[in-house]
Amino acid sequence: MAEISASSWSLDENDYKRILEHMNALLQESSARCALLVDRAGQLLANAGEQLSFDPTAFASLTAADFSANDQLAKMIGEPEFASLFHQGEKESMYLADVARRVILVVLFDQRTTVGMVRLKVKQTVGDLSKVFDEMFKRAPAPGTDRRGVLEGAEDEIDKLFGA
Amino acid sequence: MSMINYASREINCKLVYYGPGLGGKTTNLEHVYQKVSPDTRGKMVSLATETERTLFFDFLPVDLGTIRGFKTRFHLYTVPGQVYYNASRKLILKGVDGVVFVADSQIERMEANIESMQNLYDNMAQYGYDLTKIPFLIQYNKRDLPNAAPIKDLQASLNPGWPMDDPAKQKDTPDPYHPGELLIQQVDGQWIERAPYFESVAVTGEGVFDTLKAVAKLVLKTLS
Repeated sequence: MAEISASSWSLDENDYKRILEHMNALLQESSARCALLVDRAGQLLANAGEQLSFDPTAFASLTAADFSANDQLAKMIGEPEFASLFHQGEKESMYLADVARRVILVVLFDQRTTVGMVRLKVKQTVGDLSKVFDEMFKRAPAPGTDRRGVLEGAEDEIDKLFGA
Repeated sequence: MSMINYASREINCKLVYYGPGLGGKTTNLEHVYQKVSPDTRGKMVSLATETERTLFFDFLPVDLGTIRGFKTRFHLYTVPGQVYYNASRKLILKGVDGVVFVADSQIERMEANIESMQNLYDNMAQYGYDLTKIPFLIQYNKRDLPNAAPIKDLQASLNPGWPMDDPAKQKDTPDPYHPGELLIQQVDGQWIERAPYFESVAVTGEGVFDTLKAVAKLVLKTLS
């Protein structure tokens, strides 16, 4: 069940720009308030739209946990996964969707739009983002072979920061 | 699964504190939270029961410094130690970059330690991760208690070593944290490697940062 591997992956400025373009288009078309992109390990990759009034790092870790717990619940009832989740609040609601089994797109919205509209537009965005992430992960080195690169030759600096 | 974000110049890594219930995992994070400057840490999130037992996880993000112009952000997680929370415990290991096993030094908790260590190996294996290949260290907590087992006994039970098959590494390798001790050595003709270990009293903070720095360093070295 090695669905994910403990290898590193990277997000460059070009990827980031493309991701933001898709997220902004989604917000414009759906009239949602903001969107966040979180990886399955709970790290926030990007956010777009209105300024967030909460701690995005904590939000990202809880999102990943929420999605993981629901994945297990899906398996228990015989579903391979729940590709999307909807949490309804009195004023604010959120819609979460899986992207390429790697990341989670979270959309926050209020009464200015409907869950139907959000769901419809998210479907398109998930397709667009899946292409971006598939390319990014193809570019990443194979698990176990790679984790090198960005800090290559920085051993001295690491020793200095944490003590030899 | 460390994530390098070139856009924000950040390296994000996930560390998990594992171990038996009431061993001091949450206390480790609470100490880090209290001691680190608010500029370099985020909000601490605890999903706990009414009696403050960890139900799902505790989470604390900390920045440990800048290397090569990249901010190093570590996301610290604990797992629920109680045996029956295994389903949620396993989820937390997803995408882990480094593991700290917080053992309870009390003699009476030896069996719980061993059971939890076995559970860690099993859960890692189910994700296809090999604990002997990723940054992993052991923290022997509660060293101040009168019923704390000797380190020698804890090491024999929880850190007996795994076979080191890489010929390039088959040489006596000193333990940088314990002069005179070895991390890789030959025992009865077989080369073995042990995880680095630390002694701690998490309630007073003793050993907490030594452990965190050591595992963070091991994780970053995998990127160098």
